[in-house]
Amino acid sequence: MNTLTATERLATIRHKNRPTVMDYIPVIFNDFLEMHGDRHYGDDAAIMGGVATLNGIPVTVIAQVKGRNLDENKKSNFSMPHPEGYRKALRLVKQAEKFHRPVICLVDTPGAFCGIEAEKRGQGEAVARNIMEFMLVKTPIISVVLGEGGSGGALALAVCDELAMLENALYSVISPRGFASILWKDASREAEAAELMKITAEDLVKFGVCEKIIDEPNGGAHTDMNFTAMNISDYLNEALPRLMKFDTDTLLQNRYEKFRKIGMFEE
Amino acid sequence: MALEDLFKVVKDRLKDEKKPEKKAESVEIPKNLLFKCPRCNTVVYREEFEKNKQVCMACNYHARISHRDRLEMTIDKGSFREFDAGMTSLNPIDFPEYEEKLAALKEKCGMNEAIVTGLCRIRGYEAVIGIMDSNFMMASMGSVVGEKITRAFEYATEHKLPVIMFTASGGARMQEGIVSLMQMAKTSGAVARHGEAGQLYITVMTDPTTGGVTASFASLGDVIIAEPKVLIGFAGRRVIQDTIRQQLPDDFQSAEFLLENGFVDMIVERKKMRSTLSKLMMMHNYKKTEEQLPGKDG
Repeated sequence: MNTLTATERLATIRHKNRPTVMDYIPVIFNDFLEMHGDRHYGDDAAIMGGVATLNGIPVTVIAQVKGRNLDENKKSNFSMPHPEGYRKALRLVKQAEKFHRPVICLVDTPGAFCGIEAEKRGQGEAVARNIMEFMLVKTPIISVVLGEGGSGGALALAVCDELAMLENALYSVISPRGFASILWKDASREAEAAELMKITAEDLVKFGVCEKIIDEPNGGAHTDMNFTAMNISDYLNEALPRLMKFDTDTLLQNRYEKFRKIGMFEE
Repeated sequence: MALEDLFKVVKDRLKDEKKPEKKAESVEIPKNLLFKCPRCNTVVYREEFEKNKQVCMACNYHARISHRDRLEMTIDKGSFREFDAGMTSLNPIDFPEYEEKLAALKEKCGMNEAIVTGLCRIRGYEAVIGIMDSNFMMASMGSVVGEKITRAFEYATEHKLPVIMFTASGGARMQEGIVSLMQMAKTSGAVARHGEAGQLYITVMTDPTTGGVTASFASLGDVIIAEPKVLIGFAGRRVIQDTIRQQLPDDFQSAEFLLENGFVDMIVERKKMRSTLSKLMMMHNYKKTEEQLPGKDG
């Protein structure tokens, strides 16, 4: 049972040694072959994609790349993708669908990048397109939130059959800082926002957004990367064969229903 | 005349005399007499502005309008059958005073939530329509907006009807936390199924279409129309300015900017909206359901 508050978890996932997809991919998967480019504009290093095997099963891996140091972060834009990153992800998902290969998305982003070029190239359209197309993809999709699941930028890789979260990971409509800034015009109330927003893995299980919480070692994933990676691997090895058993119609119907039922209203 | 009546006459006269004095003191112009265009700052008489379908006569900015005005100028008179009018949101993250805020807005806007959906006819063509109203919490998308849109698409899929969405929104409704983010997936899923069923979806982007709405159903139309000079974008202007620390061009995130960059099909003026929508429905093989009912501009 994780007793950390949302604010403490925020500090944990921001720890400078928090493992990233660069650490996890070589441990969890074999023979990862990276593929580049969206075939329209360019290659976005904030999203890495390719093929690999998971315990002998070929899979497509799509991962948001947080850097482990300033140089890596400059290259991957602190894991804030541009439209071409999302379009590359979609291209690789379509490629996976063609060959009935399951897709595993590793989510770790503060959000889609906000900038002139991103707007010019249709950031909104790129996110929207992924959300819609992922809903129809005829192959299993599993998303795992490793650290930050920031808003639409995370959702663009998180329309899936099953969503798992590392136990300290957070997934929210906007960063706590943004929430405080917009609703209270005071970004310094970040901690208060984090507690109010209900963004921990346990909260998201209650909302029907998250299906599985993956254990981290005491003190957080950075204290034992291999332990955390093995837990992710164990989960994927359990979930993937289970999801691959569904016929396509059932898979897609379940995926639709997973999101269809989320909402709290009365009539 | 009785004495007290005489007093009354004098009193009334004094009152009358006082009034103009008061008026002369305050040079304040009645609130609703004038309209100042937020784009070009031109000030015009509100009456003329309203006669012009709430479009700025100087710069052609298509101003924000209520769902009632939008319905009246868009659909065949008397053809609207509303869906889910009574649906109202709960408070998923127990956001302080959210219920009170919703109650006050219901009263003020005369609607239960930020969108109305329903069945209508436009020049005789039957369509499912959705109209977002920015007066209601900047038409942000929470549970109700998401559910109403999803049901509208599901209805249209089942009955083989086109969907026309007039979008306007500040984005996802923060007050509903992650539940609001999930409405992006829910609505887009319903759009996907409507599309798979071979039906037409037209988006009309109005002022302002931003955030999670731009990043979901608004950007997914088979045909995407925008009104002139409206704001369309993913991230807010201030957020971008804070991120990149440089001035943004004036036309940044305008309908014209999106047209130039390839993200909208056409910019259509309000006065041509009915004819454009009906032509599009005709060209996508829909048939008039009955003789055209008299609407505003034909």
